[in-house]
Amino acid sequence: MNGMIIGKYVPGDSFIHRLDPRTKLLLMFIYVFIVFLANNGWTYGILTLFTCLLLFLSRIPFSFMIRGLKPVLWVIVFTFFLHVLLTKEGHIVFQWLGIEVYDKAIQQGAFISLRFLLLIVVTTLLTLTTTPIEVTDGMESLLSPLKKWNVPVHELALMMSISLRFIPTLMEETEKIMKAQTARGVDFSSGPLQERMKAMTALLVPLFISAFKRAEELAVAMEVRGYRGSQNRTKWRELTWGRIDTAFMLFIGLLAIALWLLRS
Amino acid sequence: MDIVFRDVEHRYQINTPFEKRALYDIHVDIRSGSYVAVIGHTGSGKSTLLQHFNGLLQPTKGTVHLGDYTIVAGKKEKHLKPLRKKVGIVFQFPEHQLFEETVEKDICFGPMNFGMSEQEAKARVGEWLALVGLPEEVRHKSPFALSGGQMRRVAIAGVLAMEPEVLVLDEPTAGLDPRGRKEMMDMFANLQRQKKMTIVLVTHSMEEAARYADDIIIMHRGTIVRRGTPEQIFRNVDDLIHLGLDVPETVLFQRAIEQKFGIQFPEPCLTIEDVERSLQTLFTRVKRI
Repeated sequence: MNGMIIGKYVPGDSFIHRLDPRTKLLLMFIYVFIVFLANNGWTYGILTLFTCLLLFLSRIPFSFMIRGLKPVLWVIVFTFFLHVLLTKEGHIVFQWLGIEVYDKAIQQGAFISLRFLLLIVVTTLLTLTTTPIEVTDGMESLLSPLKKWNVPVHELALMMSISLRFIPTLMEETEKIMKAQTARGVDFSSGPLQERMKAMTALLVPLFISAFKRAEELAVAMEVRGYRGSQNRTKWRELTWGRIDTAFMLFIGLLAIALWLLRS
Repeated sequence: MDIVFRDVEHRYQINTPFEKRALYDIHVDIRSGSYVAVIGHTGSGKSTLLQHFNGLLQPTKGTVHLGDYTIVAGKKEKHLKPLRKKVGIVFQFPEHQLFEETVEKDICFGPMNFGMSEQEAKARVGEWLALVGLPEEVRHKSPFALSGGQMRRVAIAGVLAMEPEVLVLDEPTAGLDPRGRKEMMDMFANLQRQKKMTIVLVTHSMEEAARYADDIIIMHRGTIVRRGTPEQIFRNVDDLIHLGLDVPETVLFQRAIEQKFGIQFPEPCLTIEDVERSLQTLFTRVKRI
């Protein structure tokens, strides 16, 4: 459980930490699109460079990021092999036991895996450098035009911040219950399937019960303190859009244009 | 089962920005059959320490000897199941680990994981229920239909059912009413006396530590700062206050009397009975004069 870094926040005062959360959200949103523009060595090179630059600016240790990616690594490897085995384009590089591997397939597999990796790094970077509160404030602010059409923006943002807030709590809870059941002789990591299913019930039942209890307590606590949704609500933390944010957005625009021009 | 810690250190989330040293320089010997209380502030490393008793956590430095087991830092120990049978841990708020449909099934869960047959386990549920002071009627009820205190007892019965040699208790009486507290603590003391169990009790209650333990360990900021019998530990009241710990009320009372009358009791009064005895000798002495 300690290896998971997705959804965690690493306090810091780097350039990326100080950006307005809206900038970071927009960056992520745009990045998700422009990542699909890349389709050759140049464009992938630029994207990788840009991502490394972000990582460098965020001052998050490289090794820490790598370790955090471990859980998703096998998905990436799986994607790679799926492409290598299923794409049949270009020249055959080698044949083995009736399996033909084409050069285009290797290239395609590498590109797709890289795309996947880059996406995960950038989205993880967002949560690593932005507190959940900032993320929701940013989200609420970006979505506020939708209020005109009666979209419950504030409520959605609240739901999001509550779920983000409780990810670590649930993780902790999971770890605690796992330990308690391990002490009672449960083996979560090995053993026959049937026993492992049983082990999962021993974990999930207590976890659900405590989650429901917690939700109820939270609802009561909010009610008691007079929470009534977004009506006439002011903010303690106001978001400020600085010159640096404008500059950064322009930079991303340039990146998108460069990718568009260089793609084949 | 003797327990020996040698130069144990534990760091959480090693090599990350979240790395935190929770324990260091831990040297401790716990004799088989003794009753040891671990006291200390929140965050002093008590919970981390007790998770080393059955290999839930493994040291990042040093060695832990648990009976025939030796857990050395850096070597991942795999076959810990037999050890976990010997060391039962009752975590804080153990009622959170209940999950079965009936009390009976939940109590049988532990022993069956360690290889007891279903028939034998079921046949002995009555015995375990009686041990924690629950009536036979609850056997077929859902554990979630019980009161908080009863759920706690069911959870503890589930650990006792594993018949461990060492029982590690992390604040087992937190949140119980005074009577429930006393019953439960007396039950653990009985287990130590009758079944020769080793008991390690983590507690915030100085009264419990003073009354039940043979030996007290005080933890402070991740390491052991004092170790001794209750008499030795509670003789030094200022030292405890300096460490931010409470002092049993009987000891405070004794101190107030001593200061008021300018006398010195020979022994620290750890229980109400001690106070009574000391006052009696005091009064008889006064009468004689």
